[in-house]
Amino acid sequence: MRIIILGNGISGVTCARFLRKHSNHDITLISDECDEFFSRTALMYVYMGQMRPRDVRPYESWFWEKNRINRIKTRIESIDFQQKLLVDEQGNFMPYDKLVLALGSIPNKFGWPGQDLDGVQGLYHWQDLESMEHYSRGLERAVIVGGGLIGVEMAEMFHSRGIPVTLLVREKAYSDTVLPKEEAEMVGRHLRSHGIDLRLETELQAIEPDASGKKCAAVLTHYGERIPCGFVGLTAGVRPNIDFLINSRLETGRGVLVDPNLKTNIPDVLAIGDCAELRQPAPGRKPIEALWYTGRMMGETAAYNLLASPGSEKVYDPGIWFNSAKFFDIEYQIYGSVPAQLPDHLDSIYWEHSEGKQSLRLVFDKQHRKIIGFNLLGIRYRQEVCEQWIRTQASIEEVLANLGLANFDPEFSDQYERELLSIYQEKTGLKIHLKQKRGLPGVLRFLQKRTTDSTVHTNPNQL
Amino acid sequence: MNTTSWSINQQKGVWQNSITARGIWAWLLAILLTGFYTVLYFFPEGWFYGLTQLFDPLSLLMRGLPADKWFVYGALYTFSVLLMGGKFLFKYRNNRYQTLRTISVMFFQTGFSFLIPAFMQLMNQPEYYFTYFWPLKDYYGTPGALQYYGHATSLSVYFIGFSALMTFVGTPVLTYFLGKRWYCSWVCGCGGLAETAGDPFRHLSDKSLSAWKLERWMIHSVLVAVVLMTGLLWINSWQQGALLGKFSQSYASIYGYVIGMAFSGVIGVGFYPLLGSRVWCRFGCPQAAILGIFQKKQSKFRITVNGGQCISCGNCSTYCEMGIDVRAYAQRGQDVVRASCVGCGICATVCPRGVLRLEGAASDISVRANQERTVHVRWEDVKRL
Repeated sequence: MRIIILGNGISGVTCARFLRKHSNHDITLISDECDEFFSRTALMYVYMGQMRPRDVRPYESWFWEKNRINRIKTRIESIDFQQKLLVDEQGNFMPYDKLVLALGSIPNKFGWPGQDLDGVQGLYHWQDLESMEHYSRGLERAVIVGGGLIGVEMAEMFHSRGIPVTLLVREKAYSDTVLPKEEAEMVGRHLRSHGIDLRLETELQAIEPDASGKKCAAVLTHYGERIPCGFVGLTAGVRPNIDFLINSRLETGRGVLVDPNLKTNIPDVLAIGDCAELRQPAPGRKPIEALWYTGRMMGETAAYNLLASPGSEKVYDPGIWFNSAKFFDIEYQIYGSVPAQLPDHLDSIYWEHSEGKQSLRLVFDKQHRKIIGFNLLGIRYRQEVCEQWIRTQASIEEVLANLGLANFDPEFSDQYERELLSIYQEKTGLKIHLKQKRGLPGVLRFLQKRTTDSTVHTNPNQL
Repeated sequence: MNTTSWSINQQKGVWQNSITARGIWAWLLAILLTGFYTVLYFFPEGWFYGLTQLFDPLSLLMRGLPADKWFVYGALYTFSVLLMGGKFLFKYRNNRYQTLRTISVMFFQTGFSFLIPAFMQLMNQPEYYFTYFWPLKDYYGTPGALQYYGHATSLSVYFIGFSALMTFVGTPVLTYFLGKRWYCSWVCGCGGLAETAGDPFRHLSDKSLSAWKLERWMIHSVLVAVVLMTGLLWINSWQQGALLGKFSQSYASIYGYVIGMAFSGVIGVGFYPLLGSRVWCRFGCPQAAILGIFQKKQSKFRITVNGGQCISCGNCSTYCEMGIDVRAYAQRGQDVVRASCVGCGICATVCPRGVLRLEGAASDISVRANQERTVHVRWEDVKRL
């Protein structure tokens, strides 16, 4: 059987890897971006001189030959779903038995005047890195539009070369649609402490060309302010890279529509990763989640479903929500649900370090006192422990008493569990004693105890 | 000490700088360093005449003897560890694990490899290093050393006793609880230089699978060579030279030249700017080989991976001075249990997502070190076509 995977990002490569692990089929990865899989999340480190291009490739070149994963670098222009044929830019036909669409994303553009000028771009593909490098020469200021993670990454990249950055953010505080107010403000302060010119509640009006009319020269904000700049970063989110499939037999919405088994409306065609739009997302989850982690899980699920006999396919289950990022020096981790605006039935306890670079937030259900989520800045928590608590609906008191189990910070670093306990005491009058210290032995006892309880529902994402 | 924001990104521009990116300055430094070691080891005292004289006052003060080239070398070595250690402490000032570990290597180098041996000479005791044991200090395991320290002074027999105790008891016990790091990145002088003066070059280690294969061959060959040599010396001593004659002596002196000088010195340190800081520790050191076997087979130490959080960025692998492809483990959610890991903790420090942690626990090591723990679908349930 010939399986073609269109796209060699994390979703496609994970799919190929698991297919090879469990089958002998003919596997081909097609990409027009690059010959070898690289970590998209690491593009910024190449620009900053922290790693070479080859350092961000997770597998050595021999890996592909050894695992008999064919790679073809070409651009697919159209797909004949009836004949099961791909047509590439040179007019070559490539037949497939099964097809996996792992097409990734492209940066959002909202019809701003001047959005297609030279020096205006997002940061997603390898080529984006190359052109950022190109426009950095002699650059006197970069303006970045959008308050997401990529925007901060871009800001850090330019900052590392001493290029001044203005960051335009539509919201009241940085990323306050994702982060609760205190965390959003902390990140905003941190960006400003690095000299980033953060403009909140500011929208892009237009991008002005230079005298040649081809390259950007300035942006105009909706306040009418003109900011001269030789580069404009568009980082207001991404959308599925599916334009060439619109008007085909494939059903699409914003992305390629897939059922819970990641199958599209066309037999033998699956879609995964950033480009897939779930018809029925899990409760509390979005139909499109353009994330490294979900891409990897989808890749694995798709590999299974390509090999499974009809009727035994697995439902894609992203498990308990988690994500991570880094805002300059501040790491961010989230486990479970931490809404930016707490609804009435939820409450949270929040602690922040006096230096304002570390914080902990535990969100719980007011009525049943069950833990719902963890939000961390500058502090590392253990995913397995947090997931176990959320999955088993542990009470907030139990979590607090054992909070040391979750701590994943390096040895000898300060621990702040007690601070959280005293905040809880102030809030409720309940005194809780910390029962568990940081460290693996206690964690293993906790995890092993839980997994031997047969009452616990085993989650497919359990590690 | 303030440990907030201990994860500050400290590696920017490393590959854009001539001296740290194998540029012209790196080559010049490598030539300078290898030249220095070549002269030190293979040419007579006379080459260092002026330099040695310069160190006479210090040497007379410390040990009541005029300086010789080994004193000069010890002084320069210690000075480098302290100077570059200071730089390291500033660079990683927000990370308490890194600072404590570095203070430790600076302390052991200055105290136990420089001041105490000199002081012992001042007190008319034989020169002795408490932080080096057989097989790294191969001499301490030979009949010659037993003979010498056994009779030199009333105290010196305890020195050689301590050395034997560390080789046979201290090493396995400490490694069981703490991993190889208790020695390689907290105590050892070679490790001390690598962690301080070598830190700017740590990313130059080769991460390829072929380098790992070569490493296992080389380091275990050196271990076999030193065991063989020590054995020969003991047989020779027992047989009064009747069986092997001069063979074991000349074998020992060849080992000393090839391994002790050319490998650990000229290549080990001289090639810092080209091959990274731990070439000797990774490919040659027989002590590291033994510690590594304990660490792999019988130790609580491992680096755990935080669930499925790895983004495969490669910072951990890039900055691993031992050339371990940490990412290969991290992205599979597999605990890192590797013989060569010296527990420096830099992988956990440079990780931008907080995925790695140095830990100690033995109960489930067989399971957690399994491949592919980040399994999303349970493949046991697969009903294949």
